[in-house]
Amino acid sequence: MAPQTAAGDKALIDTLKLTAEEAVGLLERGEVSGEELAGAYVEAIEARDPELHAYLHVVGERRKGVPIAHKDVITTKGIPTTAGSKILVGYTPVFDSTVAARCKAAGLPILGKTNLDEFAMGSSTENSAFGPTRNPWDPERVPGGSSGGSAAAVAGGLAPWALGTDTGGSVKQPASLCGVVGLRPTYGTVSRYGIVAFASSLDQVGPLTKTVRDNARLYELIAGKDPCDSTTVELPEPVAIPEGEDLTGLRIGVPKEMNEAEGIDPGVSESVNAAIRLAGELGAEIEETTLPRSVEYGLACYYLVAPAEASSNLARYDGVRYGFRAEVDGDLTALYSRTRWEGFGAEPKRRILLGTYALSAGYYDAYYGQAQKVRTVIAQEHAAAFARFDVLVSPTSPTVAFRLGEKVENPLAMYLSDLLTIPSNMAGLPGLSIPCGLSEGLPVGLQLIGPQFSENTLFRVGHALERAIGFDYVPERLR
Amino acid sequence: MAITREDVLHVAALARLEIPEDDVDAVRDQLGAILEAVGKVSELDLADVEPMTHPLDLVNEWAEDEPRPSLPRDEALANAPDPADGSFRVPAVGG
Repeated sequence: MAPQTAAGDKALIDTLKLTAEEAVGLLERGEVSGEELAGAYVEAIEARDPELHAYLHVVGERRKGVPIAHKDVITTKGIPTTAGSKILVGYTPVFDSTVAARCKAAGLPILGKTNLDEFAMGSSTENSAFGPTRNPWDPERVPGGSSGGSAAAVAGGLAPWALGTDTGGSVKQPASLCGVVGLRPTYGTVSRYGIVAFASSLDQVGPLTKTVRDNARLYELIAGKDPCDSTTVELPEPVAIPEGEDLTGLRIGVPKEMNEAEGIDPGVSESVNAAIRLAGELGAEIEETTLPRSVEYGLACYYLVAPAEASSNLARYDGVRYGFRAEVDGDLTALYSRTRWEGFGAEPKRRILLGTYALSAGYYDAYYGQAQKVRTVIAQEHAAAFARFDVLVSPTSPTVAFRLGEKVENPLAMYLSDLLTIPSNMAGLPGLSIPCGLSEGLPVGLQLIGPQFSENTLFRVGHALERAIGFDYVPERLR
Repeated sequence: MAITREDVLHVAALARLEIPEDDVDAVRDQLGAILEAVGKVSELDLADVEPMTHPLDLVNEWAEDEPRPSLPRDEALANAPDPADGSFRVPAVGG
């Protein structure tokens, strides 16, 4: 039993600062109980979530373990799972996703389910049917998306760590905008079983954390082959929790197009360039390289492939087996069509229509077929770069967090938020975003990309830079 | 190649989305703008390039044929908007 008084325990748990690793230490040494640890986060949620709206559903489980928040596309048995959509209101899953089951088996209590762009389609969390999440650094600004709730929860001290999903940049970009660490793992390393599907050849679950070491620990917990997902593989080597700051011998490529693209804020470039210089001081060899077609054609390629897959995946929402059903006097087709029009928000409908068009007779070859060939080109360009380099670097997002409402009316402007995260995602590669500084008082993210299964390298580089940069992840206004 | 009202209504029917009459033009304009942007992929001559369908080189991932318990019927129906007699009830097909 822990001998501390309640006041003493509270002093040990500053949820804005406490890392998951530190929380493990507190629990192992018996300095706080699981009840007290989860209780501190529930209190923080009660105090700050009315403003931030990081959570759609607070569960507040209290067991011995470091509590976790799950993006609300992660199916949780007995706990509502909405995907941020009105079409899943009232749906309570009867099974656990593999990642939720693994967290449960590891003893991690669930704090709650976090907000997101509907069906993970968006870059600001403003596409949630339940209202936007706000950025803990500035509540007038978006947290990014689609895993904006998970990123805001970690940055705002409302969860020590969280899971998100990343299709075109939905872990990396909100991590960047909220000043936290986000990993998009190599496709196939984390099970998609029980993840509400958006684009199956791209979707991956990834951790959002305050530190790179926390990130590696959570990745270690969720990664590995799953008999329920035939697209998963065993990791070729165990996850190595990173230590040290030496980057001697590491070859870093700086793709010109990803660092000089139109629309990158000067303040973002400045921060990223400073981090690249630091990597050089730590011993890495830095050299410019090029990914000409990946950046120029990546966005167009993504906005054909992902909507095409989405149009198929979202066919299951029909008002028959679960979720919302529209009132309709008519036949079964009328029921489907009315339910889907009323149940989906604007962005999923836009992407379903776009994807259906791209797959329809007469247009398949020109759009979807051509996009799949572009994807091959993107993968080949990256493979060529990784013959020379261990890691490629760029800004994660061209800008810092933008204002709520700024891009809502212009889908194409919103899509550009993922300009730099999309190319490596199309190639199936892992990417890590770490905070590298501030611009206009808001966090800037550095994107580290590696070849398939290079997570250990990304953790090593990310950890070294994190220590050298010394970024304070507590939002300035909450210090 | 501009997208027409008829194209929008055809695609919406395929996607089982009942677009209200008043919204059709707005949907057409938005889809048109996005299609113009993504049409950029046609600039590249890729006649000799193989399409990439999946990021991993996995072929024929077989699972052992082992029976496992499946979801009990009442659980499978637990979330249904209109269950009846152990089934999902729907309006007449092609009524």
